Amino acid sequence: MALPKYTQLHYRIWHYFYIFICSCVFIFLIAPLFVIFPLSFNAEEFLVFSEGMKNLDPDAFSLRWYKDMIYGTKNPWGLAAKNSFIIAIFATLGSVLLGTVAALGLSSRHMPFKGFIMATLISPMIVPLIISGVAIFFFMAKAGLAASHTGIILAHIILGTPFVVITVTATLSGFDHSVTRAASSLGSNPVNTFMKITLPLILPGVISGGLFAFVTSFDEVVVVLFLAGLDNTTIPIQMWTGLREQLSPTILAVATCLIILSTLILVTAELLRRRSERLRGINR
Amino acid sequence: MSAELKQILTTDGIPLEISLKRAERKNKIKAFLLVAPLLFFLMITYIFPIGDMLMRSVDDKMVTNMLPNTFKSMENWDGTEMPSEEIFEAFYIDFQKLVEEKREGKLSTQLNYTKNGFKSIIKKLRRKSKTFEEGNYKEQIMAVHRRWADIDYWRAIKRHAPSYTTSKYLKGIDMYKNEEGKIVSVEEDRRIHRVLWLRTLEIAFFVTLLCFLMAYPIAYLLATIPMKYSNLLMICVLLPFWTSLLVRTASWMILLQQQGVVNDFFVMIGLVADDNRPEMMYNKTGTYVAMTQILLPFMVLPLYSVMKTISPSLMRAGKSLGGTPFVTFWKVYFPLTIPGIGAGCLLVFILAIGYYITPALVGGASGTLISNQIAFHMKSTLDWSFASAMGLMLLTGVLAIYWVYNKLVGIDNIKLG
Repeated sequence: MALPKYTQLHYRIWHYFYIFICSCVFIFLIAPLFVIFPLSFNAEEFLVFSEGMKNLDPDAFSLRWYKDMIYGTKNPWGLAAKNSFIIAIFATLGSVLLGTVAALGLSSRHMPFKGFIMATLISPMIVPLIISGVAIFFFMAKAGLAASHTGIILAHIILGTPFVVITVTATLSGFDHSVTRAASSLGSNPVNTFMKITLPLILPGVISGGLFAFVTSFDEVVVVLFLAGLDNTTIPIQMWTGLREQLSPTILAVATCLIILSTLILVTAELLRRRSERLRGINR
Repeated sequence: MSAELKQILTTDGIPLEISLKRAERKNKIKAFLLVAPLLFFLMITYIFPIGDMLMRSVDDKMVTNMLPNTFKSMENWDGTEMPSEEIFEAFYIDFQKLVEEKREGKLSTQLNYTKNGFKSIIKKLRRKSKTFEEGNYKEQIMAVHRRWADIDYWRAIKRHAPSYTTSKYLKGIDMYKNEEGKIVSVEEDRRIHRVLWLRTLEIAFFVTLLCFLMAYPIAYLLATIPMKYSNLLMICVLLPFWTSLLVRTASWMILLQQQGVVNDFFVMIGLVADDNRPEMMYNKTGTYVAMTQILLPFMVLPLYSVMKTISPSLMRAGKSLGGTPFVTFWKVYFPLTIPGIGAGCLLVFILAIGYYITPALVGGASGTLISNQIAFHMKSTLDWSFASAMGLMLLTGVLAIYWVYNKLVGIDNIKLG
């Protein structure tokens, strides 16, 4: 954003003021995430920067909260992490399967009541989570699935499918249908055509939808609060309880791990998006 | 012409028009069958349960079924004077049956929602009714507690006679049907729900406004600077977007606490005294700050995707025609970004109005929203029909905005990342 030499003074001032404002907003967005890093290595039990930390004294830093997270007595994080991953993986598989198939139907130009059906399929993303939570709880209680992994997985499939539907329909919007027709004319059956032609082309969209579904499930707490029993505790549930009762540095150690995980997911999603745009011939 | 068209036959000898229609129908069914699994799954596990909430919110069969004789004998009672002996006797019979089945506690909970004070007098009635003598139940029941002799309590019972009720919805906006059947507001100091609705709208509105004011400059920056810089800065927007909601809330709890970084900073620059650090968490401020940061990416992304499509030559043309940078921006650039503003604002508003986690953690008592009240009734008071009623009132509002969003932006134009 270099300014031309002839720029008048007051525009110059305005320009630097504008850059200053933007920097402030960026700091506001990203800085909160970086507070967690140093504090999770705090040697003390308080959630403030100690004098030693401010002076970069090595003794003020320790890994004790990470040790507590992994080896601590009666610590719930191991079970919670296991549950979270199991639930998120199955919920992602379910969402991707149902969502991709539905997106294929939705992007067909023969689809009847397209707008209405699309709005219905996206609704779990729009309806406030607390309402979804209440409704799903009523259903699961009736179906006898409350306080079970199955119930939570089904609930997360409901919440995850809108993301898959959106990303896959977006990928399909630039899809050249003549390639599938070419495949059919060469004697391929529909299933084979889908597996060999369509799927590889829309795969980036499918995977990025899957990532959204995974993150949604992995981070979901409202619905699980209604559904979970003691055996189904997840990482978000443990964090929620911890944050409500007492903010311990162990939570910050967990949070740091989660930030690293989300960075990995972000990088994957970005790479996929670029690949998808290249495949669809969108050059930027 | 049309007669000639009908003459065209396919190789099978079927008129072309019919054959086309058949193929079309086949394609339609094919497309629908692909959508069907998800649609039916959602119908059963999601849409119908929301309908079930509607039933629960108006359902009042529980009390109706618990006091069948009472309501039958009450049919002709107009509520102007104390009920007759006949009604008291019917009530006694129903009550004895409930005590036998140990269900009188449920009755007292339900009646207590309608009128406070039922809990204790029903307990008392259960104790005393063991020693009741046959006949003259009116006097015996009235002697148990003076409230049993109060006509208002009998009117409250009568209000439960229909199987369906709108009382939960009225309660949601702090109104009730009084003894004469008129709909009136509760006393001024007990209007907690109206305060909550207004606060929810207020916070959602200002969070949307704050998000817009912060997102517009950075979206513009992202859309106008060279690709290699914007990719880097985009990470600042996307990383919070992908990070766990609880992690972000936790970081705000650390930042905003009294000994936290933000307060330290204020003390350092001399804005506040060290011994007079302001309370920035467990109140509205906390809710505003945390919600704005959490929802900001949802505003930046739609704005960015619209701004990206605006050609920079338009601004250059405006300037070359003599507009100052500000005028060109206001007259040329800004109007073109309105679709993005609409999309972002509606999305953020919809998300903000139903927010639960963040207000519950950093909001304290003065920063909680309607969602928190719903959760409270689901988990603590167990008044599920009231929670359902409030949930549906919120849902109606959200669906109205969703409808507008769909008309203006189109639901398939939602962009993710």
